[in-house]
Amino acid sequence: MAARARTHAPVLELKGLTKRYNGRPVLDRISLSLAEHEVVCLIGASGSGKSTLLRCADLLEPLDAGSIRLNGGRVAYEDRDVDATRRKLGIVFQGFNLFPHLTVVENVALAPRVALGLAPAAAVRRAKELLKSLGLAEKAHEYPDRLSGGQQQRVAIARALATEPKVLLLDEITSALDPVLVAEVLETLRSLAASGMTMLIATHEMAFAADVADRICYLEGGRLVEEGTPRRIFGAPRDARTREFLRRVRSISGGRRAPGR
Amino acid sequence: MATGPARKGLLVATFSTLLVAGAVAYTVGSSPAWPEVQKAFFDGRYFSTSLPAVAEAFTINVRLFIIAELLILPIGLLIALARSITAPALTPLRIFATAYVDFFRGVPSILIIYVLGFGVPALQLDGVPKEPFFWALVTLVLIYSAYVSEVYRAGIESIHPSQERAARALGLTRVQALRHVVIPQAMRRVIPPLLNDFIGLQKDTALVSILGVVETFKQAQILKAASFNFTPLMTTALIFLIITIPMTRLVDHLAAKDRSAQLGGTR
Ligand SMILES: Nc1ncnc2c1ncn2[C@@H]1O[C@H](COP(=O)(O)OP(=O)(O)OP(=O)(O)O)[C@@H](O)[C@H]1O
Ligand SMILES: [Mg+2]
Repeated sequence: MAARARTHAPVLELKGLTKRYNGRPVLDRISLSLAEHEVVCLIGASGSGKSTLLRCADLLEPLDAGSIRLNGGRVAYEDRDVDATRRKLGIVFQGFNLFPHLTVVENVALAPRVALGLAPAAAVRRAKELLKSLGLAEKAHEYPDRLSGGQQQRVAIARALATEPKVLLLDEITSALDPVLVAEVLETLRSLAASGMTMLIATHEMAFAADVADRICYLEGGRLVEEGTPRRIFGAPRDARTREFLRRVRSISGGRRAPGR
Repeated sequence: MATGPARKGLLVATFSTLLVAGAVAYTVGSSPAWPEVQKAFFDGRYFSTSLPAVAEAFTINVRLFIIAELLILPIGLLIALARSITAPALTPLRIFATAYVDFFRGVPSILIIYVLGFGVPALQLDGVPKEPFFWALVTLVLIYSAYVSEVYRAGIESIHPSQERAARALGLTRVQALRHVVIPQAMRRVIPPLLNDFIGLQKDTALVSILGVVETFKQAQILKAASFNFTPLMTTALIFLIITIPMTRLVDHLAAKDRSAQLGGTR
């Protein structure tokens, strides 16, 4: 996958992103670009800024410095047409954040209908196609609280895909799930990657990252410490901080799920 | 149907209720002036003669609160939304809405009814209606829109910000997110407190009697003045209770249902 990625122009370009909360930098001059069809995984300890990076990349929060380009054009939180830009970026949150008052199909059809202005019937058709491709066809008319965690997570993915985004941002979407459900959701992501979706994924699942990513970025204290192919990051990390992080991850998971050994 | 302990509980409850009620009745009934008080307030004869007129005048109250409620529902929501606007350009609107709510919640209703109901028609402006019913309606709508806007606002704020964020992330505008995601969820939570405010409104329709609207309370006062007996006022009280008690029970029922739904883990 890595070889393929290099040949395409960047879809999403983050340059020098800096974000402070109460004066404390949470993102510190992060630069990162995603080529078309590329899958990039963000790894790093809790609090290293992965979620914040995804929120900023999705233009959900203003930046303190830096710039974002989408398909070559500069975009920002402050833009008048920021809503239109967000439709080109899909995000799936760490929590599910489904809309509890809407059925599954209504959750997915809402943005096509309201934000894209599709006719209701067309929006529902698109929603049902997406749900079918994610194996959720029979659940279309259930309310989200009747679904398992893994099913809810896949609904959230379907909802994010419903505006046909150029890039999909995924935030630790497996952390609330048990191992069986994790496998279920990861399978979905693998097939999305195989279908050529451009994705930026924050994850604690090192084995999954190694498997699905074209590139791994290691974050620590809001800095992008090191990036490279999964083979290189997991096999021969250059930075001492990356080595230390991976050593700790492996000692916790007992080497079971951690690759690169 | 009741099982052993439940039936025992019911017996104890009935017994203790009867005991308390009996004690109160005995205390009141044995007071030296009770016969006179009873004649002045609870005279069956005056009750039956006053009932038709008082009940008929109550239709004015009903008309008043139904029209008022229909107006208050959208106006209260608009005020609540005006208060939750964050756009800097619309700050004056937010300040105005806040001042409005502070004022109408802070001043006793009866004063507002006096000032608006007598003051504005006295200006003799062209095209401004003078009918007391109209001004009674206006004052009730103004006062209760302030209360109801606070109910809406609390409801909107009770919806977790992650819901609005999820909607915004999908490309919905702030207004679309409010309209399709936040407000529909808030609506379910505001129904019990909203009905509570409406019970207050229904009772307060009696206040507009001071403007000369012959609604049920005013009618009862007229009958009282003619007969030197207070029983017509008790007739009115009874009519109000017939309307408000079922509503109060409904509020309790809805609130309990809401609580159990939340305990059941519904997000
Ligand atoms: N809205 C906020 N206000 C203040 N501080 C915040 C806010 N959001 C995040 N932070 C802080 O920013 C830092 C980075 O948080 P972030 O959620 O991005 O980390 P993360 O890498 O996603 O962690 P995790 O793996 O636990 O999800 C943390 O120290 C956090 O406390
Ligand atoms: Mg996070």
